[in-house]
This record gives sequence, C-alpha cells and structure tokens, in this order.
Amino acid sequence: MRTGNTRLLLAAMAAALLAGTAPLGAQDAATERGLEQYRKMLKADPWANPGNLDVDRGETLWKTKAGPSNASLEQCDLGKGPGVLDGAFAELPRYFADADRVMDAEARVVWCIEKLQGIARKDAVKPFPGGGRPATDIGAIATYIASKSSGMKFAPHVEHAKEKEMLALGEAIFFRRQGPMDFSCSTCHADDGKRIRLQELPYLSKPAEARKVVGEWPAYRVSSTHVMTMQHRIYDCYWQMRLPRVDYGSDATVALTMYLNHKAAGGEISAPAIKR
Amino acid sequence: MRKGIAALVAVSLAGGAAAYAQQKPAVDAAKVDQVMKASWKSAAPEWQARLEQDQTMKECTTSHNTPSNAVANAIIAREKANIVYPADGKFIGDWKKGEKLAQSGYGLRFSDYPAARENGGNCYACHQLDKKEASFGTLGPSLHAYGKSRNFAEREAKVVYERIYNPQAHVACANMPRFGTNKVLTVEQIKDIVALLMDPESPVNK
Repeated sequence: MRTGNTRLLLAAMAAALLAGTAPLGAQDAATERGLEQYRKMLKADPWANPGNLDVDRGETLWKTKAGPSNASLEQCDLGKGPGVLDGAFAELPRYFADADRVMDAEARVVWCIEKLQGIARKDAVKPFPGGGRPATDIGAIATYIASKSSGMKFAPHVEHAKEKEMLALGEAIFFRRQGPMDFSCSTCHADDGKRIRLQELPYLSKPAEARKVVGEWPAYRVSSTHVMTMQHRIYDCYWQMRLPRVDYGSDATVALTMYLNHKAAGGEISAPAIKR
Repeated sequence: MRKGIAALVAVSLAGGAAAYAQQKPAVDAAKVDQVMKASWKSAAPEWQARLEQDQTMKECTTSHNTPSNAVANAIIAREKANIVYPADGKFIGDWKKGEKLAQSGYGLRFSDYPAARENGGNCYACHQLDKKEASFGTLGPSLHAYGKSRNFAEREAKVVYERIYNPQAHVACANMPRFGTNKVLTVEQIKDIVALLMDPESPVNK
C-alpha cells in the first residue's frame, strides 16, 4: 500500500511540475490542482511526506550519543525544560538565560551540540545542501523539533527585554533596504497577490497570510526535492537579494524568524509541510 | 498612456504599503546596523560593504518606503543628479539584446563569482513585457505596448532610460533597483532595454 501511495504521489508531483509547459491560466490551475491532490494524499497518509525522512533522521540524531562528551541531545532545553520537545517549537525563538541570547530552534541546537556533546560549532555547522540532498544534521534535528509542534499554534514568547528587542530588530530588518538591488524583505513580501515570474509571494507582514505559510517551515520543497529549514530559507532570500552568506543562527536570522513567527501567532504549525 | 504612468506610480508607491506609514521604528538604526554587521561576520570586507546603506536607502527604510514630501523631493533631486546619460545622446539600443537582458536574472549573487556572463536586468521577474512570455511577475506594472502607448515619442525614451538607470529619480523609494546608479547594468545595457520598450520593432510593442 505504501508503494502504491508513493507512486500516486509521484504522479501528482510530476503533474504539478509538468504543468510548466501549459499556457498561463491553465498552468496555474493545473499546478494548483496537482499540488492540491498531493496535499490531500499527504493528509490521508502523512508518512508519505518525504520530509519525514529528515524528521526520522533528526530523531535518531537527537537520541544518539555523540562528541567528546559522548552525550545525546535529549537533555537539551528548548525553552520548556530539558528534554521537553512537545510544543517547544511553537514558542521559539525565545530568550535563554544560560546563553544570554534569543535563539531559534537551529541556533539552540548548535548551542546544545556545543555544550552537551562538546562538539565545536565549526565542526557542527555544515553548508546547506543543494537540491535533492538531505538537510544538514542540524537541519534534520530542527525538522524533528518542529514536527513535535505540528498541529499546535504559534505562541511566540515576547516577554523578556531581549525578546522584545529581537522582535523590533526583526521588523526593522524586514524593511531594511540594502545591497546593489536596493532590496529588503518587504520588496517582495509586503503586498497582496504579487508574483515573481509565476511564483506567488506571501505577504509576510500581514498576519492572515503569515499564519498560512510560516508554520509550514521546515518544509519539503517539491521543486528542489529536499527539506529546507527557516535558516536555509532566509539564507536563500539573502542570496537572491545579492547579499553575502548570512551567518548560521546569527541575530539577523533569529530576529527575522521572531518577526515572522510573531506575525504568524495563532497560525497552525504543519512542519514539515510540502511546498511547491 | 496616462493609465500606464499612473500604474507605474501606484505600484512604486505600493512598496510603502500605506498600512505601515504610521509605524515608527522601535529600535534605532545604529543598533540595526550593528546587528547586521555581526550577522555577516564571516563575509569578506568587500562583501560586508553591501550591508551599508546610502542616505536614500536609510530614508526609505525608516519610512517603510513612504517618506514625507520634503524627504521624497530631496531623494528625487539627489538620485536624478547621479544619472549618467549616454555619451552619444542616443537612448535606444538593440531590442534583441534588451530581451535577453530582460530574461536574465544572472549576476551579483555570491554564487555568480567569477562571473560567467553579463549581469541581467531580470525585468520579467516583476513585469509583463512581450505578450508571448507567459512567465512574468506582477511586482511591477505590465509594460506591454509601452512604446506604442506613448506613440514612440523621443522624450519618452529618455524618461524610461532614467527610470531604469535610477527609478528613484522619478519616484522616491520605488521598489525597483537603481540599475545604473548601483552599477548592476551598464549604460549600453540600459539602452538595449530601452529599445525593448520603445522600438516599434520590439515584440513588446506588437
């Protein structure tokens, strides 16, 4: 049955992608139908989502002893106490007193790998994978963490002064124009119903729209056939904006994630979801 | 024709999303600059320079692209002053080259070094041009029949040259990149894109 379902899913995916050759209106409709069929089938059989391969790998990595300290990550505190995974992602990024920093899921995993396993950051953080290749180990762990909040709603933690500051920074960075193209995030994501070529753009500073899409990350992307985390997604946006490679888990990326999750407050988390 | 201009202005202004006009930045710009710099620590210095903002970028950022009239007028004056015009006084190049530039989004990304080909203008990412190209974006207005709707008037070629070289010489805080001023495109490339819009033979005007 699994094989049969997978074959159907692949057919739906192919239909969605092949739609690229049809004329405009028809193409949009055909692509949307293909994706809709794909989503329906995923709902019927969530285990058919290829993103779950990274969830499973992330779970194994979370529970496996590693590094000079020969420790697993099971005692990692994601904000709700050591080892508490359920619902933790829904409240990230948040302030961590031990690190004296606001961190998102990925920045926090790096911190836990350093502190619990004794692995240096430079050895833990790897380049983002190209299309068709699995997420990094940290990406897989973050995908696992996010999946443990799937079905829950974003409830961002904005209480500590540093959390408030991070949110304000996120908004400022979202609207900050820079680089040879004069782009900001808001160039593409602060208006209704816009597209780049045929790609629809979410209006991310509008809560109704942020609630629909932000909770889908980390997501399995059909077009690149792999899981992308929010860190990877932001890195890719800055690549397109002609800025240099943004540092993994840096304050700018955490601030933007804070801003997006705040805009998406009350929206459901469905990670890892399927994106076009 | 008026409708076209009105649409262009409307879309450029839409970058400001009126709903945000009332918001004041909750964190000061120096702190934001400091966080940006710290977040690209591993980038080479010549790349870090891309994080710095000129005065126009700063004013558009703090106002969420909706500057006051006084600031907008100052931006327009400042940006107009930096436009370099073609030495031969001709604004219309080769529309076929212009079409290639309009299709290409290549250039200036960190994966584009050393450059394998010339930078593109990527016009189709945001605008409709040739009706036969079905894959076009909608961040900017449709530019189909741009020249035709302006009766191919010579002065319009100069205006569109300026709008590509530096859109903010006409609309302060326009969303569109300042292609000439920021050295994304050369004078010759801009002339070729002007031809794509203004040449009667261009598919944009068919």
